[in-house]
Amino acid sequence: MEAENCHCTQRFAPVDDLRPLEEIVEKYRGDRSAVISIFHELHETYGYLDEKIMEELARRAGYQLSQLYGLATFYTQFRLEPVGEHIIKICHGTACHVRNAQGLIDEAERTLGIRPGQTSPDRKFTLETVNCVGTCALAPVVVVDGKYHGRMTPSKMQKLLKQYTEKGGTGEDED
Amino acid sequence: MRIDSPAALDRYCEEVKEKKAKYPYRVSVCGGTGCQAFNCLEVYEALVESIKENDLEEEVELKLTGCHGFCEMGPLMYFQPMGTFYAKVDPKDVNDIVVATILQEGEVDKYLYRDPVSGEKIHHREEIPFYKKQVRLLLGLNHLIRPQVIDDYIALDGYKALAKVLFEMTPEEVIEAVERAGLRGRGGAGFPTARKWRICREAPSPDGIKYIICNADEGDPGAYMDRSLLEGNPHAVIEGMAIGAYAIGACEGYVYVRHEYPLALRNLLVALDQAREMNLLGKDIMGSGFDFDIKVAVGGGAFVCGEETALIASIEGKRGMPRPRPPYPAVKGLWGRPTNINNVETWENVPLIIRMGPEKFAEIGTENSKGTKIFSLVGKINNTGLVEVPMGITLREIIYDIGGGIPGNKAFKAVQTGGPSGGCIPAEHLDIQVDFESLQGIGSMMGSGGMIVMDENTCMVDIAKYFMKFLCEESCGKCVPCRVGTKRMLEILTKICDGEGTPEDLEALEVLAADIKAASLCALGGTAPNPVLTTLRYFRHEYEEHIYNKKCPAGVCPALITIKIDPEKCNGCGACAKVCPVNAISGEKKQPHVVDPELCIRCKVCMDRCRQEAIYAE
Repeated sequence: MEAENCHCTQRFAPVDDLRPLEEIVEKYRGDRSAVISIFHELHETYGYLDEKIMEELARRAGYQLSQLYGLATFYTQFRLEPVGEHIIKICHGTACHVRNAQGLIDEAERTLGIRPGQTSPDRKFTLETVNCVGTCALAPVVVVDGKYHGRMTPSKMQKLLKQYTEKGGTGEDED
Repeated sequence: MRIDSPAALDRYCEEVKEKKAKYPYRVSVCGGTGCQAFNCLEVYEALVESIKENDLEEEVELKLTGCHGFCEMGPLMYFQPMGTFYAKVDPKDVNDIVVATILQEGEVDKYLYRDPVSGEKIHHREEIPFYKKQVRLLLGLNHLIRPQVIDDYIALDGYKALAKVLFEMTPEEVIEAVERAGLRGRGGAGFPTARKWRICREAPSPDGIKYIICNADEGDPGAYMDRSLLEGNPHAVIEGMAIGAYAIGACEGYVYVRHEYPLALRNLLVALDQAREMNLLGKDIMGSGFDFDIKVAVGGGAFVCGEETALIASIEGKRGMPRPRPPYPAVKGLWGRPTNINNVETWENVPLIIRMGPEKFAEIGTENSKGTKIFSLVGKINNTGLVEVPMGITLREIIYDIGGGIPGNKAFKAVQTGGPSGGCIPAEHLDIQVDFESLQGIGSMMGSGGMIVMDENTCMVDIAKYFMKFLCEESCGKCVPCRVGTKRMLEILTKICDGEGTPEDLEALEVLAADIKAASLCALGGTAPNPVLTTLRYFRHEYEEHIYNKKCPAGVCPALITIKIDPEKCNGCGACAKVCPVNAISGEKKQPHVVDPELCIRCKVCMDRCRQEAIYAE
């Protein structure tokens, strides 16, 4: 769906390229309340909030580094580590929960060997749970790289993940 | 086109209406986030193509709109003036649908909605049970509006309420109108909107600056009505806020919107630009001398930001943590100035009240709860979707008449309202009226309008644990009762679900619940024990089953269930053994298989794989 595009790593700027950071800082100069917006833009540009980026932001925009980390860790939207090639988001809203989203999370944990919030050591997968994606009619929902997979079951999840783990496929050919 | 007077707005509105009247037909495709997940955009593309091919561009007004509500049946197509409604439309059949419905003035049987009980075809949308009992004052506009086209809103007399307020009413008269309408906040507790506005209007500001905020940080998991309103009809929010700003004396507004709602955000930003361009927002609105503009603040994903003081902190660029009240935001809010916060649904009701008249609005609903309320009806329900109903309707009507009951002939167990702050309502209360007081009276609340239906396969202890885990993670950590209390409650609930509960645990839960309720700083903590308290009150026997008999009656909690195969039903196809991640299933080909309980991890992958429904949890 159009809401979220591809998350592949090539999309992001390398963290040692500080030009985008500079542009973002300039855009919000003078607006002390804009940190969350700055984070969102940095996130879209670099894919996550790297330590170096945070230090540069603190230096250039006049924030305390501790203040920045205080904010970045408070809000669940922000990642402090780079994401994997594929982002698997399992919706764990109430509607999904009563339709066995937990079973999907367990299955993903088993297959990928990582827990929600983690990225696999080979940087292939990032597993996340989200509070609600608001497509409750499709519950339980899994969103892989922005593509919605609705009415999932643990066995469908097994099949879906297999396409990525075995063939390195794109998940396009599942039922 | 700049609108410089109410008369200019009237003229422009007439022009737009005339233009629209030239089209004999209108086809509307739902483009809400829910339907987009069902590939409705392909349906719309096919429709555009088909209209071109059949040379109908002069005949048909095409609309890709916000949410139509019936998410279960997406993608949806709605033909007017015929009223023909098609569900679960496949893009490849769109041309056939256009030809049959418009050119041949008929129908395509295959896509007509069928009554699930009688199997009978239903020709017109308004006859579908899901829509029939609804009163869709707000959501009903969505199918007429392309969210990024301001003319669609103006054609529905949009911004005329604002014109009336600015040129014909004093601020106090506006507040009185909202008061007579009996509007109460749709975001949670149901505080009377006019009273809130008046406090803010009368509060002194050091430099005369006051703010209004639209809370669009819908945080309840399982609720998405605010998103659908903002996504589908952003101008109604803008108009409502402008009216509120005039009444309160605010010059600046903020919409605090969830980052997870990109479509709503985009539509809102476009709508704001359009409103400014037409002089419906900004300096000297419509030549009235009144200045008001709206900024957008994007959230960072924190449930606690639903709390007013936390939301304000977040807009100020700080951690979204609440502070003690008083002073209330109406007196001292954003940057220390008087601030009024309402949520999306409340703001959208404001122009409606002015347009239809407060008395007429007050005719809908009950004595103390006026107007309609939108619920997201989800979970174990046949017709998942957004429903807008008059206050005072019963839960039974919503769940059975509109929602079509529980799938798979399962028994209804509970309906959860009010999100993580609300409670689980059992079958014995299905006939209560839905209004603010009645729901509170049985330990739940209206909340923002999540309505999650649960059946016999839902474990109520597990649900309590689920909400407690959510709240424990979302607690901002500022005050001890909430930070530590939710954690302790979660530990106890986890213990019970793991089969290690003791009789003292129930008492400990109740003591903790009382303390957290009494001592927490904000409503997140103050209401956090509700899911536990209501499940203890109505489903205590389930807790006791877990504790005394080490059984999970709903067959959910992994530590307390055994997976078995019914030898009568098993045909020995071996599909289960193939998917079992721990190789716990064995058996000869075409012979009944068995599960080794020692190896089994109760993941249930086998259960949903089995086509014979031979595998069950006990």
